[in-house]
Amino acid sequence: MFSADLLANAVVAGVLLGGFYAAVAVGLAIVFGQIDIVNIAHPAFVIVGAYIAYLLNSRFGFDPVLVGLAATPVFFLFGVLLYRIYFAAFERTGQESLSGLAFFFGVMFIIEVSLIMAYGVDYRLVQAEYIGQSWHVGYIDLPLRMLVPFAVSATLAAGIYAYLTRTFMGRAIQAVAQDRVALQLMGANPVRIKQWAFGLGLATAALAGALLIVIGPVEPSLGRVYIGRAFAIVVLGGMGSIPGTFVAAVILGLVESLVSTFAGPSWAPAVAFGVLALTLAVRPAGLFGR
Amino acid sequence: MKSAAFWGSLLAVLAAGLLVTWTVENEYYYNALYLILQGMLMAVAWNILGGFTGYVNFGSAGFFAIGAYTTVVLNKAFGLPLPLMILVAGLLGGLVGLGLGYLTLRLKGVFFAIATLAMAIVIETLVNNWSYVGGAKGSYLLTPESHLWFDSYIQMLFVVMLLLTLAAVAVSRALSTSRLGRGLAAIRDDEVAAECSGVPTLRLKLVSTTIMGAMMSIAGAPFPFFVTFVDPTSAFSLFIAVNAIAMPMIGGTSHWSGPVIGALLVGATQEIVKVTVSSELNVLIVGVMLVTFISLAPQGIVGLARKYLRRGAR
Repeated sequence: MFSADLLANAVVAGVLLGGFYAAVAVGLAIVFGQIDIVNIAHPAFVIVGAYIAYLLNSRFGFDPVLVGLAATPVFFLFGVLLYRIYFAAFERTGQESLSGLAFFFGVMFIIEVSLIMAYGVDYRLVQAEYIGQSWHVGYIDLPLRMLVPFAVSATLAAGIYAYLTRTFMGRAIQAVAQDRVALQLMGANPVRIKQWAFGLGLATAALAGALLIVIGPVEPSLGRVYIGRAFAIVVLGGMGSIPGTFVAAVILGLVESLVSTFAGPSWAPAVAFGVLALTLAVRPAGLFGR
Repeated sequence: MKSAAFWGSLLAVLAAGLLVTWTVENEYYYNALYLILQGMLMAVAWNILGGFTGYVNFGSAGFFAIGAYTTVVLNKAFGLPLPLMILVAGLLGGLVGLGLGYLTLRLKGVFFAIATLAMAIVIETLVNNWSYVGGAKGSYLLTPESHLWFDSYIQMLFVVMLLLTLAAVAVSRALSTSRLGRGLAAIRDDEVAAECSGVPTLRLKLVSTTIMGAMMSIAGAPFPFFVTFVDPTSAFSLFIAVNAIAMPMIGGTSHWSGPVIGALLVGATQEIVKVTVSSELNVLIVGVMLVTFISLAPQGIVGLARKYLRRGAR
C-alpha cells in the first residue's frame, strides 16, 4: 500500500489541488477576511462560474479559462448590486449577524436549486486540448488539468495581492478592514469601498469556477463542500492575508490529498472541518494573522 | 397568550388532528400534513438556539439525520417499537447537541455557524462510509404491520408527529416565558454583559443546544418509516436545513409562536405549489421567501403584527 512514488504523487497532487483551492478562497479572503461580510454563497457563485464556462464551452468551444476571465466583469457588477441590497437591508440596520447570515444562506440555496432546475443534477464537464494531457517528471504525474488551474490560481492570488498593496483602491480596502470609523473621519465613504471590494471578491469566483470545471466534472451541489474548505482556508490563512490564504490553501490541499490517497477519497470532505476546528482551537489568528 | 388558552388550543389542535384521521381517507393529506409538522418541529427546535439564544445553526440536517439513522440502525438490529426509537434518537441528538454547546465556548457568531455546517458534512461523511446503514447507497425499510387503531400507517405517523410537535411547542413556550428564557435572551442581546451580570451563560447555552439537538433528532426519527428508503442525500438534504432556518426567520424569531406561524405559511405554500405547479419549484420557493422576508421584514410576521398592534393602540 505505502510506497515512495505513491507518496510523492499524492504530495504533488495535493499541492496542485491546494493551489486551485486558493482561487476559491481568495475572493472570500477579501470579502470575509477584510470587510467582514460572511458570504457563504461564495462557493455557489463559483459553481455558477463553472456552469458559464460549461455553457460557452459546449456551445461555442471557447476555452473555459478565457470564458472565466471574460465573466469576471459581470460577476463584479453583480457583486456590487448584491452588496447594495445587503447593505440596505442588513448592514445599515445592524442586523448582519443573524439576518445577514440567513440572507446569504438563502442566496446559496436559490442558486443551487435554480441550477438543478435548469440543468439537472448530472455532472457537466468541459473540453479543451490540455485536459487529458499529462507531463511526467520521473515517476511523478503532472496532469495539465491540475497544472493549468494551479498556474492561473497562483497568478490570480499574486494579482490580487499586488492590487491590494500597490493601488489606491486596494489600500483603501485594507483601510476599511483596519478601521472603518477612522476612514469615515478622513472623509472617505466606506460603503463605496466595500461594494468595490465585494465586487472584486465575487469576480474571482467567475475565474475559480472555470478552473473548477477544468479540474473535473461539476454538479450544482458541489459548492457545499467548498464552504467548509474556503472558510477553513481563510481562517487558517489569517483572515484576509492573501499570501496566508495561498499557503493555507496548499496545506489543506496537501492534507486532503494524503487523506484520500491513504484513507479513501470519501473521507476527504471531513478534512476541512478538522483543519478549521484545529485552527480555531490552537491558533485562532491563523498562520499569518494580524 | 394566557396559559389556559394555550393548553386549550393545543388540545383543540390534537382533537382536530384525531378528527381528521376519522373522516379523511385520502393519503395525500396525511403526507402533506406530516411534512408541514416535520418542518414545524424542526423550526421550533432551530428557534430555541437561533431565535432565543442568537446562535445560528446551519447544520440542522445533521441532527435530523442522526434521528433518521438511529431508527435505521435500531430497526435493523433489534426491531424496536417506534416510541422507543424516538426516545433513543432524542437522547443521541441531545448528546451531540451538548457537544455542540461546548463549541460555543470558542466559536462565536459566524464561526459557530460555519462549524455547524461543517459538522453536518462530517456526520454525512461518516454515514457515507458506514456500510451497515447502506453507506452512500442508502437502505430500505419495511413499514411495520401494526398501526394501532388507525386505518393506515401514515395516519399513525401523522398523529405521532402531531403529538411530538405539540410537545415541542409547549417546551418552547415554557422555555421562552421562564427565567431560563430571559437568560437566553440576555445571551442573545449581549453575551459578555450577560456573563458579567451573573447569568450562567455556558450552562444556559448547553441547555439550549441540547434541547435543540434532541428535538431535531426526534423530528428525524420517524422519517425512515415515512419514506421507507433512506440515503444520505435525503437525510442530509439542504432543503431540511433551509426550511429549519426559513420558517422561524419568516415567522419571527423573538417569540415562540414565530416558527409555528412561519412553518404553517411556508409549509402550506410548499404543498400548494407542489400540487399546482411543480415539485421542483416548491423547493425553490422557500429560498425566495426566506431572502425576500429577511430583506423586507427582518422581524418576521410576529414583528409585523406587533408593529401593527402598537400603532393601533396609540
